[in-house]
Amino acid sequence: MSQVTGLPATVRRPPPDQSPPLAGRRSSDHEAVVRRNRWLRRLPLMPALIYIVIVTQAPFLVTLWYSFHSWNLLIPGSNHWAGFSQYQAAFSDPAFRTAVINTLELTSSAVIISMVLGTAFAVLVNRKFFGQGVVRTLLITPFLVMPVATALLFKTTIYDPVFGLLDYVLKPFGVHQVNWIGTYPMPSIVAVLVWEWTPFMMLIVLAGLQGESIDALEAAKVDGASALKTFSYITLPHLRRYIELGLLLGSIYIVQTFGEIYTITQGGPGTATTNLPYYLYQQAFNAFNIGIAAAAGVIVVIGTQILATLALRLLSSLFNASEVMS
Amino acid sequence: MATAAVTPGVVVTPRARARPSFWRHRGGRQHVYGVFWTAVTWVVAVIFFFPVLWMVLTAFKTEGAAYTDPPKIIFHPTWTEFSQVFSGGIAPPLEHSIFVTLASTAVVLMLAIPAAYSLSIRPVKRWSDALFFFLSTKMLPYVAAIVPIYIVARNLGILDNDWALVILYTGMNLPIAIWMIRSFLLEVPREVLEAARIDGADLWVEIRQVILPIVVPGIAATALICVIFAWNEFFFAVNLTATKAGTMPVFLVGFIQSEGLYWARLAAAATVASLPVILVGWIAQKQLVRGLSLGALK
Repeated sequence: MSQVTGLPATVRRPPPDQSPPLAGRRSSDHEAVVRRNRWLRRLPLMPALIYIVIVTQAPFLVTLWYSFHSWNLLIPGSNHWAGFSQYQAAFSDPAFRTAVINTLELTSSAVIISMVLGTAFAVLVNRKFFGQGVVRTLLITPFLVMPVATALLFKTTIYDPVFGLLDYVLKPFGVHQVNWIGTYPMPSIVAVLVWEWTPFMMLIVLAGLQGESIDALEAAKVDGASALKTFSYITLPHLRRYIELGLLLGSIYIVQTFGEIYTITQGGPGTATTNLPYYLYQQAFNAFNIGIAAAAGVIVVIGTQILATLALRLLSSLFNASEVMS
Repeated sequence: MATAAVTPGVVVTPRARARPSFWRHRGGRQHVYGVFWTAVTWVVAVIFFFPVLWMVLTAFKTEGAAYTDPPKIIFHPTWTEFSQVFSGGIAPPLEHSIFVTLASTAVVLMLAIPAAYSLSIRPVKRWSDALFFFLSTKMLPYVAAIVPIYIVARNLGILDNDWALVILYTGMNLPIAIWMIRSFLLEVPREVLEAARIDGADLWVEIRQVILPIVVPGIAATALICVIFAWNEFFFAVNLTATKAGTMPVFLVGFIQSEGLYWARLAAAATVASLPVILVGWIAQKQLVRGLSLGALK
């Protein structure tokens, strides 16, 4: 990770098209050859493209189709066209509205807290010190632990009111035998997510820090700027795009949180931690209400597409900026 | 990018310049600051890592030693719970996880390498549109597709079957792999490629003798990233598999539901489940950020 260029170099423009220039006579023979070449070029791309269209795009179209149907798997013959009624049913379900709010709360708090921690960790790690490699390795590990294992272990060995680590650590402060998951369900889930996602944010910010221009930092030093001023006026603005990228990608992944909720709270108590994915899961696999589940799915897609559009725009601006550079 | 900067009065050669940073202090206090921040960093790292350590420690306890107040740090380690876990039916889910992970990673590479080639070295027209299309599929929430996927899998008779997960994990990892491998392919020096073409190397020779040797480490890194995501995936696994093809995450959840709260055994199972990917992640850590940012950063 000693990349010192200011911008990601991985999205450089590939070498220019090397097919022979078209100038000169345009015989139909020549055109046929050009067309054939074009197809030969496309050929290696096709399997992947077709695969991804079938596996990732087709199901969404089917979801859209189902969302206009009233269909309960438990009631044979119940499948019929229902217009927008499933959307109406979803929106008038208080559990659905709670799920929307919970999703927003869960995602935004987990993303923001892990970004703050991740940035702090990145700054701490981004200097030469004894055991730098080991510390970095320790800090990325939570991201690698199987999320379901993490959730189960937090639920038991950490959050347990009597034997949990949290109880042990907080006992000297007079906090004792708290039913963490029951009393603070949302913060309990958020804490697990923050633990899992901080390494992700740290790695992205670290890539930004290492791409920082040495010249600017040198200049600031020569001008006598303090370390803190250098950080807030030079480093932070430079990091802005990396932080945005981390926030957006993090949101896209964390919106889909499912395993942690499934294992720690099962969406409860009541609907206190039911987010949209969990709501959708309950509608589809507990209530077998395909229509409502599909309608909720479409709503989730629309919501994440807003984020995704922003993320794609940001990525393509990184993309274009680096093309100007190279 | 300029390599040698001129600061007023002094010409500094690149090699002589250390990286200045937030942490750079002058004078004798520098050393004290350095030691202080190193200590802070270590303490933070150990606290943050502690739950992982705790998982492994608990796995080596007896059940009795796992439930104590205060928690025990010093204890007599035992393999009992690991052998319990291995005799308690962890083998089938482990096999399913290994098969699904390796098979999906292999298919991903078979599809991604040619695709990445045609988006970098011999680019198709509108390669950038294709690239961003792949990326955008990564941003669709899987949960929204689960209903049709479930119904199609049921109709095809591949519910509770390894292949259902292989198909889905391939789709899940393919965009990341294409972006990553493409970013490695772009690192093949153009002069080398041109030299090979002037020498009259045909396409196959070019790929096998010029490109592959350079990008093999990149392909390996990509494979490791795919392994991490496939191994840890839970949502599709829990909804599409049960007893016949349940993978490790499904097993872990079922474990606690059927066996009650046996912490030491749970920790042992969780350690077995997590260890492969932790090791893979440590090996691939230099490439991790590339995979996580879909190839945009390195």
